[in-house]
Amino acid sequence: MRRHTLPPEALDDTDRAILNRLQEAFPLSPRPFDDAGAALGLSGAELIQRIERLQEIGAITRFGPFYDAAAMGGAFCLCALSAPEADFDRIAALVNAHPEVAHNYARDHALNMWFVLATATPEGIAKTAGRIEAETGLTVWRFPKLREFFIGFRVAA
Amino acid sequence: MTVLDDTDRRLIAATQAGLPLVEAPYARIAADLGLTETQVITRLSILHARGVIRRIAIAPNHYALGMTANGMSVWDVDDARAEALGERIGALDFVTHCYLRPRAPVWRYNLFAMLHGQSRAEVEDKRAQVRALLGTACRGDDILYSTRILKKTGLRLKDG
Repeated sequence: MRRHTLPPEALDDTDRAILNRLQEAFPLSPRPFDDAGAALGLSGAELIQRIERLQEIGAITRFGPFYDAAAMGGAFCLCALSAPEADFDRIAALVNAHPEVAHNYARDHALNMWFVLATATPEGIAKTAGRIEAETGLTVWRFPKLREFFIGFRVAA
Repeated sequence: MTVLDDTDRRLIAATQAGLPLVEAPYARIAADLGLTETQVITRLSILHARGVIRRIAIAPNHYALGMTANGMSVWDVDDARAEALGERIGALDFVTHCYLRPRAPVWRYNLFAMLHGQSRAEVEDKRAQVRALLGTACRGDDILYSTRILKKTGLRLKDG
């Protein structure tokens, strides 16, 4: 994933409108780009070209359906632990070695390692957390989401 | 738990990396899977209605769009008001993810909101806006900046 910022002139007003409009409810119709483009004053072909370019320059990471792991029978869980500073890298390697660890961030807090577990079954979360606890000797605190509030991210138009 | 049949699983596998950028993307997927366009649209509509598909959408790259400072703000909010306030925090245009999560013995915060800005000062300004919105329902807060990405992989659908 691109880790540098695009110059402001990389996007015009139409690109920004696309980024804001297409963060939800892309049509499930035979010609969805025509339908979505109409609201933006673009033909389907023009909208496709714009999305291709936004992907090429790294302004978007993905375009398509977002699947819910839980609804597919799997599970996700945010977890945190408190790794002693001197032992931090060794603990990170032990945590990251698990394929169930989708991402892992060092954060500036007493709980200094935050990672997401993604497993095929809900039971997999407790099992994987238990294994990490056994390997590291540290408590893995689990913070499953109880509710999600999603609206989206808006770029200044 | 949601039951998915083999065709659903093939459809998910064919679309989880993204939709084809062609004028009739569902017809293209149908041709690849030996289905009709109507079958693909109907199945995707049902998966959406069941919540298996959360949304069909573009995912902006915050970093590329100048949002290089990101903080996980966390809030200890009165349980009785947390749901209603979560809705309002989630609706703020600089909040990308907002979740209600359980507390823990070492952790008093139940509302999590990812804040994005062009600088840490801007993130702190947004944090102040969240604090103002929560008002007296909030009994304490903190913000955790990421100092290093230790691992990052995409979502992979497992079989079975």
